Amino acid sequence: MNEFLHQLASGLALGGVYAIMALALVMIYQATQLVNFAQGEMAMFSTYFAWKLMDSGWPYWRAFAATALISFVGGIVIERLVVRPFAKAPVLASVIVFIGLALIFNALAGWLYGYSVTSFDTPFSGRPWLGNVYMSAHESGAVAVSLCVLALVYAFFRFTPLGLAMRAAAQNPVSSRLVGIRVGWMLAMGWGLAAAIGSIAGMMAAPIVYLDPNMMAGILIYAFAGAVLGGIDNPFGAAFGGFAVGVLENLVGAYVVGAEVKLSVALAIIVAVLVWRPSGLFGRRLVARV
Amino acid sequence: MLTRRSFLQSSAAAAFAASAGSARAETPGVTDTEIKIGQTMPYSGPASAYGVIGRTETAYFKMINEQGGVNGRKINLISLDDGYSPPKTVEQVRRLVEEEKVAFLFQTLGTPPNAAIRQYLNDNKVPQLFVATGASMFSDPQHFPWTMGYNPNYQTEAHIYAKHILATKPDAKIGVLYQNDSFGKDYLIGMKDALGAEHAGMIVKEASYETSEPTVDSQVVTLQGSGADVFLIVATPKFAAQAIRKSFDLGWNAVRYVTIVSASIATVLKPAGLEKSKGLITATFGKDPTDPRWKDDGGMKEWAAFCAKYLSPTEFIDYNAGYAYGAAGTMIQVLKQSGNDLSRDNVMKQAANLKDLELPLLLPGMRINTSPTNYSPIRQMQLSTFDGESWQLFGELLMG
Repeated sequence: MNEFLHQLASGLALGGVYAIMALALVMIYQATQLVNFAQGEMAMFSTYFAWKLMDSGWPYWRAFAATALISFVGGIVIERLVVRPFAKAPVLASVIVFIGLALIFNALAGWLYGYSVTSFDTPFSGRPWLGNVYMSAHESGAVAVSLCVLALVYAFFRFTPLGLAMRAAAQNPVSSRLVGIRVGWMLAMGWGLAAAIGSIAGMMAAPIVYLDPNMMAGILIYAFAGAVLGGIDNPFGAAFGGFAVGVLENLVGAYVVGAEVKLSVALAIIVAVLVWRPSGLFGRRLVARV
Repeated sequence: MLTRRSFLQSSAAAAFAASAGSARAETPGVTDTEIKIGQTMPYSGPASAYGVIGRTETAYFKMINEQGGVNGRKINLISLDDGYSPPKTVEQVRRLVEEEKVAFLFQTLGTPPNAAIRQYLNDNKVPQLFVATGASMFSDPQHFPWTMGYNPNYQTEAHIYAKHILATKPDAKIGVLYQNDSFGKDYLIGMKDALGAEHAGMIVKEASYETSEPTVDSQVVTLQGSGADVFLIVATPKFAAQAIRKSFDLGWNAVRYVTIVSASIATVLKPAGLEKSKGLITATFGKDPTDPRWKDDGGMKEWAAFCAKYLSPTEFIDYNAGYAYGAAGTMIQVLKQSGNDLSRDNVMKQAANLKDLELPLLLPGMRINTSPTNYSPIRQMQLSTFDGESWQLFGELLMG
């Protein structure tokens, strides 16, 4: 029982990271129907930025906020400079651009900071929360942060005019343009939000998996599985999927199939969902008139 | 992808060398003034932390060249990036052998890359010297006479741990965390080998991981749950650090062994937490530059002086850089022994004829010996335990 609870808890903690990452994927997918394969490497790069700030003496939360803000701006800049020119190109061209971005950020981080692992501070240290001995303080904190991010994203899209405009631009670009929404800028905002949310995922993951240029590679696969499971066009579903994948991965790995094929669980989830329920558990079913 | 080439010599010297004909010029890459050797290194990609090995060796040969070279020949090491990707290694090695026409290869890094080029080099009778991996497959003179290992091989190291467990905790229940590839499995095989059939049941649980997984936390929980009281961590640095931390956080008081691959204080134990690393046991063969006991040691002073002149303080404390310093020294010894006959045959013969070679950074008393039937240059190791600050050696030098 003790072991089971430990597996569950460590799955939840990492599931929180997958959930935030899945949210970041949804931000861009919603607007463009494309999965940004560079999301993980962008998050990793942001995390190095946060580490650099803290290394030069910034307190945690100030570095945290600055990183999210800079990532937001960085995301917009990337969309404007690199992604936008391919907006009308075939899907494959965009995918290649994303892969190229991923390689560039990975190599850049390695060149700037080296490839050995670095420990990363957490604001949640000390005793476990609420007497929960199965999770370290950071793990509890990461779950809390991911819930906060989810709530903020929900509130943003539900209650702010900007959120409404972004949703409109994603769902019906032509009509949105007719009522005066600058659709192009809304896409750029989506990239900015995705980058900022991704940077939070990175900062929550780094204390658990350690900071190195390759830290997000595996996380992105699980986050993708989570997003597909929950429905990649639904922020709430994707976040739920992230948590579910984190927990499933641990429990299935430990009790059903064994550690050797633990990673394959994520891939099996992706394939199974795409075959039986392509829109995911909470996704909108897309019907196109032919 | 970046391609990095290190030429140790000006092109003017190379042009001059090309014009100097001699009877021995039949050996590719060898002239009266130069010997050209090649290697592949992961300067980019997932294993790029090891790129420092290539940089250190390049610097070492630069030093030798400044001192006049070996028997009047300058050493020209062509060190190419393979990104730790075997297909790339094959491409680069063919380029080295067929276009650059190197005399032989030295310290190509990594188990998968070396496995990919072993057959090609043996078919073409090109020496593949002192490969930078501990996999036992590279010390097989009977089947692959042109390939020689360097590191203490992983199975040997596993034998040492098994013997120590049998001696100190005969009723131990062992849990093994291992990387699911030939590196991890080599240790597992070595462990089972040394425990023998009668103690085979001592390993109560094995849990593997893939390098693409984010963490090994779940595996560590599983191993603890199996009731093991000895924990053997066969992992690369990042995962070893996670395993050390998680086992501590779980309050699992098992005797923990960590392999030499991830015993570095700077890149593994610090990220894991020095307090959480207390009590770890490993086997080692080199002096740790961060250990104060070697402060006045002659070999360590030599290393410090070399770093000050050719590298930087970062490399001084990097375990991999110190390792490369020794490997380059061994290479020079082989060239010295080969004299003026630098044919591939003779270089291989001399590499298999090292006698009691001592290196500045090897533990006192350790000597390198090779023979036509022994292709494992470093065979001795000593156990040490981590006291929260540095590794403390204990016991005698051991052979697996």
